[in-house]
Amino acid sequence: MLKIRKRDEPWKWGALVVFLGALLFSLLVSSLLLAGQGKDAIHGLAVLWQGSFGNYWALEGALLKAIPLFLCSLGVAVAFRMQIWNIGAEGQFALGAMGATWMALSFPDLPGVVLLPLMFVMAFIFGAVWAFIPVILKLKLRVNEIISTLMLNYIAILLLDFLVFGAWKDPASFGFPMTAEFTPGAVIPHIGTSRVHWGLLFCLVVGVGLWGFMRFTRLGFELKASGEGARVAKYAKIRYGMLAILVMCLSGGFAGWAGCIETSAVLNRLQPSLMVGYGYTAIVVAWLARLEPLNIAFASFLLAALRVGVENLQLELQIPAAFGEIMEGMILLTVLAGQFFLTYTLERRQKQD
Amino acid sequence: MWDFLIPLFAATVQSGTPILYATLGEMMTEKGGVLNLGVEGMMSISALAAFWVSLTTGSPWLGFMAGGLAGMAFGGLHAFVCVSCLGNQVVSGLALTILGLGLTHYLGVPYVGLAAPGFDPFDFPLLSQIPVLNEIFFRHDMLVYVSFVLPLIFWFFFRRTSLGLHVTATGEMPAAAGAAGLKPVRLRYFAVMAGGFLIGLGGAYLSLSYTHLWTNGLSGGRGWIAVALVIFAFWRPGRAVVGAYLFGGVMAFQLRLQAVGTNLPSSLLLMLPYLLTILVLILSAWRGRRIEGPAALGTNIEPEG
Repeated sequence: MLKIRKRDEPWKWGALVVFLGALLFSLLVSSLLLAGQGKDAIHGLAVLWQGSFGNYWALEGALLKAIPLFLCSLGVAVAFRMQIWNIGAEGQFALGAMGATWMALSFPDLPGVVLLPLMFVMAFIFGAVWAFIPVILKLKLRVNEIISTLMLNYIAILLLDFLVFGAWKDPASFGFPMTAEFTPGAVIPHIGTSRVHWGLLFCLVVGVGLWGFMRFTRLGFELKASGEGARVAKYAKIRYGMLAILVMCLSGGFAGWAGCIETSAVLNRLQPSLMVGYGYTAIVVAWLARLEPLNIAFASFLLAALRVGVENLQLELQIPAAFGEIMEGMILLTVLAGQFFLTYTLERRQKQD
Repeated sequence: MWDFLIPLFAATVQSGTPILYATLGEMMTEKGGVLNLGVEGMMSISALAAFWVSLTTGSPWLGFMAGGLAGMAFGGLHAFVCVSCLGNQVVSGLALTILGLGLTHYLGVPYVGLAAPGFDPFDFPLLSQIPVLNEIFFRHDMLVYVSFVLPLIFWFFFRRTSLGLHVTATGEMPAAAGAAGLKPVRLRYFAVMAGGFLIGLGGAYLSLSYTHLWTNGLSGGRGWIAVALVIFAFWRPGRAVVGAYLFGGVMAFQLRLQAVGTNLPSSLLLMLPYLLTILVLILSAWRGRRIEGPAALGTNIEPEG
């Protein structure tokens, strides 16, 4: 018989071991799935690896996808810290893209130095507003934010459809639902000759800024304290409501920035193909990274690389893109189950005399 | 007028049925103190399981069972992560949804556009003689009729059986239930898996009854609506029926409006169920300020020792 015992001190390398274990386990399950469909699993994993980390092209692609993931995940993590379950990064991302597009289409003749900041400001506001709705409903009426943020995701995507099929549709698009291509002033330039753009630097600034905010400001301290529970917050005389609103607006604003960057730098226009589920993957990233900004950078790169690898798999072996979701779900579930061993350990029960 | 309304009401019952199954399933889970946000993914994968079994065996009833079992298996996974390993219930549920939707899209590819034997509508004996009501309630398929008695069984289970009372106890106060000699861990496993079974039946309804053919994205947000409806229903089966038919009505209405052809763009019409979900939550917050869910909902049972 096995008996559960609480560890005397936390397992030092536990988090890393659990994470690697989860990765291995999900690779095992995925290769079984591949084999189940009559594909060569070993070859499939090789293709996946090649696509994720195998060459310069792959790494560039991963870095590119890591940018929106990082920003969305940072936002999600800030809210989760306070135990506010913002599942709405996907919708806030879409709103940010709409805010940025609105500016890009309204002032096409402005130079980039003016237009780009305008787009970022509007994207932040749009994302923040989309996050403000659920938090105010939560505070005033105790409406469950998990469900309201989720519903707002669906609504945001339909709103995006409504705009690109209607008012914002490019007359020269041959009926495709997309806006006109952005003018050069509305496009974030690339770094040198690579495919990676200056949004990467923006991520760095936001990441360091948030880290400093959490570490050195009173608000950041209050935020961490209220994450410990409502009672702690009360003792520390924290204005919970104010803080919740601030946190959600930041959260939504970050996702909004991600939407702005993706629309401006990668697609150069607004179109439905913008929505590829970064907002949901961001939740996986945030939880894998245990809500720490630096870890989030690594985890978003890793899951971005996985996405690129799955694209490779899709091209070479005709594996559906959903393969990536399966792996994400598996990794997250295994990590959740494995974290048990960080605080508990199993022992063989002593025979009783 | 009646020519429009009676078919609309009939369609309401039809499209409310899968939501009713899933809502009761989630209610069962939450009664035991476990929040399950995996409903959307579970409905999706069980719709596929039901379709696949019905297609290969030719028996829709076996398909229906397979849907339930698929939901139950996912429920078991959730219980393992949350009840045994003390994982976060919110995150585990989200992971289940990601996994379930991913698996459905991955495994469902070869079946897109295929048709499987499903359940066909028939006139319910005797009751289909009642005017007006017959067309709304008694010209459906077997799964709809099953859903009529389900809330009654549910009510009876939680009010009149000792197992039901024990499940409620673990949802309210697992520590006290344990001290009184019950087995809260086992009871939670039971609640999550039995709830998963019902959620799976809701998914099976989608592929076997609602459509008889396989398309991607069958669940279409119904799972999330079910989670919201449990709150709206204040954890009572009677109100779950009202909520499910309310949503069924909006979905049916929206489809009919699109079919008739209006000036409203379809993307705005499609928003209706999601807007209504938020509205319903606001409304229930307003009305039921003092009605809370099971006291231990969302908290795990710490192991002793």
